[in-house]
Amino acid sequence: MLKESLLDPEAAHHRKVVPAGDYWMHVVRKGETLRILDLEGNQAVDTLFFNADDPAEHYSACDTIREQGNIYLSTGTVLMSDLCRPMLTITADTVGRHDTIGGACSTESNTVRYALKKKAMHACRDSFLLAVAENDHYGLTKRDITHNINFFMYVPVTPDGKLNFADGLSAPGKYVEMLAQMNVIVLISNCPQLNNPCNAYNPTPIEVLIWGAGP
Amino acid sequence: MSTTLITSDTLPGGKHWSMLLWRNSRLKLTDVEGGANVGMLFYNPFNILERYNAPDTLKCQHTFKLTEGHCLYSDMGRIFCSIVADSFGWHDTVCGNTTKASVTKKWGDSSYQVDRNDWYQNGHDSLLVEVTKYGLGRRDLPANVNWFSKVVVADDGSLSLDGNAAKPGASVELRFEMDTLVLLHTCPHPLSAAPTYPRKPVRYEIFEGPAASTDDPNRLSAPENTRGFENNRIFQAGCCQGQH
Repeated sequence: MLKESLLDPEAAHHRKVVPAGDYWMHVVRKGETLRILDLEGNQAVDTLFFNADDPAEHYSACDTIREQGNIYLSTGTVLMSDLCRPMLTITADTVGRHDTIGGACSTESNTVRYALKKKAMHACRDSFLLAVAENDHYGLTKRDITHNINFFMYVPVTPDGKLNFADGLSAPGKYVEMLAQMNVIVLISNCPQLNNPCNAYNPTPIEVLIWGAGP
Repeated sequence: MSTTLITSDTLPGGKHWSMLLWRNSRLKLTDVEGGANVGMLFYNPFNILERYNAPDTLKCQHTFKLTEGHCLYSDMGRIFCSIVADSFGWHDTVCGNTTKASVTKKWGDSSYQVDRNDWYQNGHDSLLVEVTKYGLGRRDLPANVNWFSKVVVADDGSLSLDGNAAKPGASVELRFEMDTLVLLHTCPHPLSAAPTYPRKPVRYEIFEGPAASTDDPNRLSAPENTRGFENNRIFQAGCCQGQH
């Protein structure tokens, strides 16, 4: 469901532009609001969440879509953990549908999807792995890199059970916003994929903004 | 094609088990009565961090359902197994499992103390028990397959379990393309609308059989799968040759 936010970007206490191919790992406290802004349009923002107080608890795509009975994420979606507990709620969305079926690109899956010689191209799962390795105080490892959200990606299912990688519904300036229901570690890989027409073969930067819990 | 039966058994509904299946073995599952669900996960026993990856599996084959011709991929670009036969036609791999809370909410309280081995087990805890046998834990449970459960998606994205899809005697047969640790449970699908806890037995048969030929239908079903098989060949040649 399309819904605009009333929050003023000038009032955000944290703002950061994340270039394509980089990761961003940051704790968002319970009650704070996180916005992910698609600066140039049709960028894929591969995102994982962990409970900051017990990082063994993580975002679960299965629990999220099963509990809401719908594969698309948008305003009103509660992002659930593997313990089937609410982690964040999407409170505003100017895109309408986001994917959590398609997962993250990896060097290995690139060999299958595109060509064996593509294995040395930068991929989201490399960014995720670097993030958990460089931030080892969280105790996360490869086993915690599970099925993510692809904000701004549109992956519809056909009536005969096929998966389409459709042109994105996003555009420059569109955004999605979510309210944290627990203290969460946000891990974003701003996708570096150069082989997928979804982003016109041109990965672009995003901006993340955080607002405080309010009075 | 010549295959030799190694063993077979029937797992009652609401139970769990695990097994190691060598490359080129086959696992045939049969929904004896119709309406069964088999939750399943796959791991590389030699690198337990390599495990079934549902998004990679769906994405590289442009499919939401799993059926004959498809391959099930690890997160490392390799094929655990091929679906070589399927009389059911549409299996789920996005809905995950029932939990203790969801089973209680749907079908009421049940405990071992009262119901002994007829207690209502749930898919999540079943996989957790099995995965813990191998030194892993709840961080190691990715999205699983749900065999014999047809989950469809409407235009608006809403998900539902097709209650009319159940077929007594339906079967699906997997051929393993690398040595694989298999976890399974026979607990109900999480979207089951059955009025009482469904307890549906599943027969499994394990065969020895030949390796995929050069013109194997799964290998040739998509260029992606041809490349997946090539990744397996490189892996077997470099890592596993002579291991057992």
